[in-house]
Amino acid sequence: MSEMIKITYREAIKQAIRDVMQNDERVFLMGEDVGNYGGAFAVSKGLLKEFGSDRIMDVPLSESGFTGAGIGAALAGMRPIVEVMTVNFSLLAMDQIVNNASTLLHMSGGQLNVPLVIRMGCGIGRQLAAQHSHSWEPFFAHVPGLIVLSVGTHEDARGMLISAMQSLDPVILFEYTFMLNLEKEIPADSGTVEIKKAKVLREGNDISLITYGAGVYKCLEAAEVLGQEGIEVEVIDLRVLRPMDEETFLTSVKKTHRALVVEEAWKSVSISSEVVSRIMEKAFFDLDAPVERLCGVEVPIPYPKHLEDASIPQVSDILEKVNKMLKP
Amino acid sequence: MIKFQMPNLGADMEAGTLVEWRKQLGEFLHRGDIIADVETQKGLIEIEVFEEGTLEKFLVKEGEKVPVGTVLALINDGKSEVTESTVSGEEIQKPEIHPIEDRKEIVHENTELGERIKISPLARKIAEENRIDISLLKGTGPEGSIVKKDIEKAISEVKKPIKDAEKEADKTKEISVKPSGPTSDAMRMAVAAAMSKSNREIPHYYLEKRMDMSKAMDWVKEANKDRPVQNRLLPVAVLIKAVAKALDEVPDLNATWENGLHRKNEINIGFVISLRSGGIVVPAILQSDSKTVDEIMETINDIIPRARAFKLRSSELSQSTFTITNIGEGGADKVFGLIYPPQVGIVGFGEISEQPFAEEGMLGIRPVVDVTLAADHRATDGLIGSRFLAALNRHLQNPEEL
Repeated sequence: MSEMIKITYREAIKQAIRDVMQNDERVFLMGEDVGNYGGAFAVSKGLLKEFGSDRIMDVPLSESGFTGAGIGAALAGMRPIVEVMTVNFSLLAMDQIVNNASTLLHMSGGQLNVPLVIRMGCGIGRQLAAQHSHSWEPFFAHVPGLIVLSVGTHEDARGMLISAMQSLDPVILFEYTFMLNLEKEIPADSGTVEIKKAKVLREGNDISLITYGAGVYKCLEAAEVLGQEGIEVEVIDLRVLRPMDEETFLTSVKKTHRALVVEEAWKSVSISSEVVSRIMEKAFFDLDAPVERLCGVEVPIPYPKHLEDASIPQVSDILEKVNKMLKP
Repeated sequence: MIKFQMPNLGADMEAGTLVEWRKQLGEFLHRGDIIADVETQKGLIEIEVFEEGTLEKFLVKEGEKVPVGTVLALINDGKSEVTESTVSGEEIQKPEIHPIEDRKEIVHENTELGERIKISPLARKIAEENRIDISLLKGTGPEGSIVKKDIEKAISEVKKPIKDAEKEADKTKEISVKPSGPTSDAMRMAVAAAMSKSNREIPHYYLEKRMDMSKAMDWVKEANKDRPVQNRLLPVAVLIKAVAKALDEVPDLNATWENGLHRKNEINIGFVISLRSGGIVVPAILQSDSKTVDEIMETINDIIPRARAFKLRSSELSQSTFTITNIGEGGADKVFGLIYPPQVGIVGFGEISEQPFAEEGMLGIRPVVDVTLAADHRATDGLIGSRFLAALNRHLQNPEEL
């Protein structure tokens, strides 16, 4: 058992960036304000001084332009990390991501890989209002050719980027703004992680809570409370939103016979829609109750604190829903 | 101690309402005493007890509807160990939640009113694997659906040896059965269930033979000559007696089919009675073979009014081993019956009418009856059925020997 260290989510990501930059000189970071300002959310603070302006590169406010430049660099043999400040701005780069990064391997007959990692801040922050607070994982998880990862734990904040950098295909990495200051313990030697599989974070026999991203710690907290009431909750962090690892949650549902999917993204045509569909297709006869979902309310994320809170699932919502499902 | 259970009064019966206790606590019961009235889809049935002992305890209150097999009362026979008593002694009673015999029933199961049962896919799968009849279960899941827990409870109840009769009785209260009196709707549903099962499961084969009734009719006429009207014989008594004697010769038709052929020792002929309010009941004329034609006539005279008043006894409803359907005067020429499960045969008599009839090169006009046999091809083949019709014909040509 290795030694545990206390670390913030932000610091874990920064260590990962430093790690990959130290180990591979082809790696560079580009994004708005990542250099002199230290990153909009201070993730890259201090890295400019350590690695210099050739490798920590401030870019103009043009998501399409600098994402396209990243794709070009990847094609030319570099290993770029592109930071898009928040997922809300990524729509400007959508053409580059969907029409270029994800298609080139296919359209070149397998000759051109795009080994690029695009990091995006996702979800609510602290009252940043609609245009800075959305959860748009489902948009990207829809696109073949992309690998879409969701960083729901500190261990993944430390390890997912390192593993993603080894991928020959474009990776979208979702980081959660709300969790940046959150402190958790991880093993001191934490490093690469599996990026093909979901992960069972807590075992239980009564119900499967299937979630990702900012839902992970909320579900774990709810599971802890429910555990004291004698309800054994199994918590699954999907982690890989594309290509989705269905085996892990299907195995779980076949054990618990009940599932609740929790996500902050809007409900319709979402990650949870996909999870529920696969359960219906492949585990229907193991279900003892209808599968349920807790998702983001389908409104632009509001500015006022109480409305922001009300627009996404909270621990209390999860507790209420699980109790209702198990004790109708 | 004897546990007296809700009897099964026919293949289609799932539950009955205890209408009235006819005996008091502490009263000594003799074999054959009527202990209670039970209301089923077929009407009010008098339930007989087949044990002797003192009525120790009532476990089900008047007015309560309980599934077949529920312990209704305890009878003290002076022995300490608990034995189970059922109305039809030889039959194994279904437990209150009973395994079903046929997988198909689960797939097509419906409640009496044709509503779909809400059950989780997992619960349905487990129920099928364990042959649990879900129509008797009450769900505790979302929207009252049956979930895994409910099936597991049902399985444990089926498997658990019955230790505490009282506890058992309490438990059955939880099992919900839709209330239904002997309305014509309920009667229709009962007939529908039994006949659907028959048509679905029994591969029928049909035989037909025209029989000369002149000797039998002459014999009846002769017998009635000196009798007062109320004691007169009807031809149907002769037909029933002749069928009983033919069954004695062809015992494979006096049987049930339940995963194999089971011949019955007694010949109890069920006799289809149409009710004015619609529907039918089929009371048995017990031991038809050892009764004289006169005794059969007496039994018919006793049974028909009681059947029409919904006042039959449990033994009469549960113990028939073969069925006769008789069209009677002014009706159809022929009738092709549906077997009443789990029996293996039904004989149908059309109207007795005068017809041209050829015999020994001569054509004459005689009273004849077209007799049909529908029999279960799993149980017997046409040769057996044919032998039966030949025997029946022979007996009808020798009425004095009946």
